[in-house]
Amino acid sequence: MTRAHEHGAAAQPEGTAPDAATTVARAAAHSRRAFLFKLSLALNGAVGAVLAVPILGYVLGPALKKNASYNAWVSLGPIADFPEGETRLVDYRNPVTMASDGATGNAACWVRHIEGRKFQVFAINCAHLGCPVRWFPQSKLFLCPCHGGAYYEDGARASGPPERGLFEYQYTVAGNHLLIEAGSLPTLATEACAKKKPLIQIAPQDAAADDANPARSS
Amino acid sequence: MDNPNQRKRPALKVFEWFDSRLGLARPLTEAAQHPTPERSASWWYVFGSAATVLLVLQVMTGILLALVYTPSAGEAWSSLQFLNHDVTLGWFLRAMHGWGSDFMIAIVLIHLVQVFLFGAYKFPRELTWIIGVFLLLLTLGMAFTGQVLRFDQDAYWGLGIGASIVSRFPLIGGPLVGLMLGGPIIGGPTLARFFALHVFVIPGILLVLVGLHVWMVLRLGINEWPMPGRIVSKASYAHEYHEETAKNGIPFVPDAAWKDAVFAAAILLSVMACALLLGPIGPTGQPDPTIIQTAPKPDFAFLWIYAVLAYLPPSLETPFIFIAPIVVIGGMLLLPLVAGEGEKHWSRRPVAVLMVAVIAVTLGTFTRLGTYTPWSPIMEAWSADTIPTKYLQDRSPLEREGALVLQNKQCRNCHALGGAGGMRGPALDNIAARMTEDQMIRQVLQGGGNMPAYGNALNPAETRALVSFLMTLRGKNLQPAVDSSRQLTTGSPEPLPAEQGDAATR
Repeated sequence: MTRAHEHGAAAQPEGTAPDAATTVARAAAHSRRAFLFKLSLALNGAVGAVLAVPILGYVLGPALKKNASYNAWVSLGPIADFPEGETRLVDYRNPVTMASDGATGNAACWVRHIEGRKFQVFAINCAHLGCPVRWFPQSKLFLCPCHGGAYYEDGARASGPPERGLFEYQYTVAGNHLLIEAGSLPTLATEACAKKKPLIQIAPQDAAADDANPARSS
Repeated sequence: MDNPNQRKRPALKVFEWFDSRLGLARPLTEAAQHPTPERSASWWYVFGSAATVLLVLQVMTGILLALVYTPSAGEAWSSLQFLNHDVTLGWFLRAMHGWGSDFMIAIVLIHLVQVFLFGAYKFPRELTWIIGVFLLLLTLGMAFTGQVLRFDQDAYWGLGIGASIVSRFPLIGGPLVGLMLGGPIIGGPTLARFFALHVFVIPGILLVLVGLHVWMVLRLGINEWPMPGRIVSKASYAHEYHEETAKNGIPFVPDAAWKDAVFAAAILLSVMACALLLGPIGPTGQPDPTIIQTAPKPDFAFLWIYAVLAYLPPSLETPFIFIAPIVVIGGMLLLPLVAGEGEKHWSRRPVAVLMVAVIAVTLGTFTRLGTYTPWSPIMEAWSADTIPTKYLQDRSPLEREGALVLQNKQCRNCHALGGAGGMRGPALDNIAARMTEDQMIRQVLQGGGNMPAYGNALNPAETRALVSFLMTLRGKNLQPAVDSSRQLTTGSPEPLPAEQGDAATR
């Protein structure tokens, strides 16, 4: 209805109306309705903008939360479980889970006990595309089944498509227990966003320095 | 209208009661009987309607699966097992939905190739093509999200691969991962949002766009049969097409539509046959990230991407992942706008034919590679396997020791010997004919060329044994490799410092 009126208005200047008085009256009424219509559009635009705030906040919520905020110190068990010189797979429950997570709330990591209180704890996720790497003790390599990424025992990149070494968790030894700071899926972005914590790539030569100054325990 | 008999009368009255309110009978009849160029009533023109029929099948089977499926990360996998084993014909519905998805991708691709080769995207059907490109992307989106809903190991690690790709996005990679996963890890919220995408968002957009696509086909008419030399020009096309259909047009229903109907029935029967004979697809193992004994693989439609990601050089990977899709999709969207006029017939468009051939061979090759992943090490440890006796016969104790080292240090995860072993590295059967002892030692200890360095994993005795075994590996009548620089410097070939006398050159 309103559109038809609007079209009429657009056509009016060209065609001369038969009855000047009624046309003027109609035009006056029309311009009022057209104005009210535009006003109603503006009103709905404003309501839409207000409505967008909670919708966007809800949708973008998980994106805006800092990854580090999910992290917590998780115990991987007593040090005695990790013989010196060996690299072992350890399962733990992610510190942040929901009822609906099921088995996906589990996580695993590779713990390398170098000596004494010196460890390296690697994410199982390949630094290429996140597939689970496996440790082969005889050849002292981590191999990825997806695209053939390979890493040395200290997590450094050996060959294949990864651009870097394995993701490494911050660890600490509290009492006789090994703890790591974990909580979010290790990816190149989490590593980049979290700056120094919780996933740092310790270059082989820096390993000693980092281990000498282990992370503050919780 | 015929003279209605006594029995038909009440039915007709009911029909008229509805139609006087709906007013759809006439426009629908007109749409069904719209004139089609006679030669276009061809078996080549049946793929679009078949894709639509498959979409309807997917919607129907999808709704039926949703009656049982539980979109919760903790229960999805077991609800699929329940569907497979405990629900009457649940396995068949899952199989229909899974195979229907594969058929739909295949038919949509064939439809795209046909439309491309027949020049149907040209004026005035540019927008029909552009919407078609989005329909292809949405179909692939349905396939990927559907693979996620089959919440098994492949789905879990597929999400991990997706998150890793997204995380490479500059600056906002981290927030994008959060947006994709709905939380810090792959878990309940992740499956829930992929469920929403697969069941509400993508199908909703898909149905609207299919509606527009079909509407434009009806409005603009079915593409005429291309003829070499018949040029499309914006000035005259509408007139020519109108003349053609006025002269040679046949009503779509029933004169052309019977072929669509027969083909659609054949496709539906094929889906049912695949479902019956090959059964439901998955689920594979449970989506538990602590079970790392898995080699995740995407579904068939995405194997080529999986292969491309294995072959890209590391430094090119991130730019390629984000630039290539923009170039490819952008090119497809712009195609009708830059090539909207001119020849339609494939015989006058050699570049188009060549493009289809090259793209088909490329996708086919990468998909084939994706089926057997030659770039992946074989993930079993070989240390427990027996050494084939032929590698121990006629060999010195040191060489036998080397055969043990080869087996024990998992060299065969990447290198094949006698046809058994990985394909990541070269097969070792003729290695001594290609590399000298010095080169082998260097390669083993320092690695390089995609091989890790074994300097830390092998002690000198092991290295010596391994290389002396490798030196015995050369084909029957092949000469051992020689360091030609020595010949240049000493003037005469120097005997190799190997134990065996026969290794010496000529």
